[in-house]
Amino acid sequence: MQLKAEKVSFAYKKGVQILNQVDFVVNSGEVVGLTAPSGFGKTTLARILAGYEKPASGLVTLDGSPLPKSGYNPVQLIFQHPEKAVNPKWKMRRVLEETGGYTAESLHQMGIMPEWLERWPRELSGGELQRFCVLRVLNERTRFIIADEMTTMLDAVTQAQIWNTVLDFAKKHDIGIVAISHERDLLEAVCTRIERL
Amino acid sequence: MKKEPLLSIRNYGVSFTRYEAGLKSRNLQVISSLDIDVHEGEIVAIVGSSGSGKSLLADGIFGILPYNAVLSGEIYYDGKLLTQQDKEALRGREMSLIPQSVNYLDPLKKVGKQVELSVRDKDKKKRRKVVEDLFARYNLSPEVYDYHPFQLSGGMARRVLLTTALAAGSRLIVADEPTPGLDEVALKEVLKDFRVLVDSGCSILMITHDINAAVTIADRVAIFYAGMTLEIASSEDFRGDGQALRHPYSKALHAAIPANGFRATPGFQPYSDNLPEGCVFCDRCDRKTERCLKERPEFRELRGGKVRCHHAT
Repeated sequence: MQLKAEKVSFAYKKGVQILNQVDFVVNSGEVVGLTAPSGFGKTTLARILAGYEKPASGLVTLDGSPLPKSGYNPVQLIFQHPEKAVNPKWKMRRVLEETGGYTAESLHQMGIMPEWLERWPRELSGGELQRFCVLRVLNERTRFIIADEMTTMLDAVTQAQIWNTVLDFAKKHDIGIVAISHERDLLEAVCTRIERL
Repeated sequence: MKKEPLLSIRNYGVSFTRYEAGLKSRNLQVISSLDIDVHEGEIVAIVGSSGSGKSLLADGIFGILPYNAVLSGEIYYDGKLLTQQDKEALRGREMSLIPQSVNYLDPLKKVGKQVELSVRDKDKKKRRKVVEDLFARYNLSPEVYDYHPFQLSGGMARRVLLTTALAAGSRLIVADEPTPGLDEVALKEVLKDFRVLVDSGCSILMITHDINAAVTIADRVAIFYAGMTLEIASSEDFRGDGQALRHPYSKALHAAIPANGFRATPGFQPYSDNLPEGCVFCDRCDRKTERCLKERPEFRELRGGKVRCHHAT
């Protein structure tokens, strides 16, 4: 499968063009790094690729057709700030169940303690919440993962663990990954190629 | 350096009261025992695993923990034991917090106005000038003054939060994860500014998981794990292959940095309400012995730093 952005442009305010005619391609099984200084539209491109934002002009296609408007989105975005990506009025169990559930093994792989399932998001740290946000996209319906500073909140050991889990899952299910990060060393460790915006 | 520390935290703990069925409440211990000193003119970095209690430490110093949190232990500022009233009087003036999350900004208020709240000057025009100068220094264009938080990129938001603390001119700045989301150029700027602040007599407690940032900027680094301080090392100890580090967890952290091999030590941090009887790291440690399983190591002095391990030499 191929996720493709063609001549995508975007502006939040008239006259301030964030993205100008950007082309971007990621294929199944690839891990593409995306890097640029802050404020250059990395997150905006991520949101457009996952269908959260409509580009002002240009196209985002999945194998030639537009992203589905309803049902499970095969392009899943993992946000930079997990505390803004979970419903504060849902317990963590419900957050995971929304995308289909979990097994004892998948919890263990992500380092999620079973007792965290009964907690409110406010009672978990940023790094703990992010594990839930990663786990909920690891299922067979996901074809592409856009990881926007996915492990920026995590310590080095946890970062390495989560990346290894995600890379293993992606390999097994032939998922394509876009890894957005400022950290050059990290991108070099996980990516098959690196693009600058 | 050997003077009284500006900030001294002793045996600090945080637990949450939770209500279960009806009125039955239960205590959830999240941090068990944290100890750290920050001296005047010093940058101390706290590096720790996610969920080791780093942010709760900052929230506790400023008295902004959620209503159901219970504190234990003592926090001294300038030799004085702080009460909740003291914290409320000092915060935003004597000491400032650079929060971790963009959510700490008021979503309905222009960011320039929010930063202005911290400036201590009666003259409205002068206040605005201070903010504009700070924005210029941090590469935030003048229009940003009139932006609302949702218009900021991750990195811009962090720079705005940073200027909030700088605007107050405090003696102690607690920076909770000040570096992620910043590109390399902006990161170097922040680190440089911290240095300048410290050289003018300010102290900084920097809470981070970014070892590179911590080692570049801090004088001393405290390693936190499972709600406990496991090691206090000088930044020098992290150079090279990390053999100068004292605790096995510090070494694991060092080896997991992408540039140092990206090696993940298997296993997970135990949770604070379920800590093992002995060493908190023993289930992941390859040097563990019978003694580690049974006896919690004391926090002891070693080679100019401190460590909580039976076998460290």
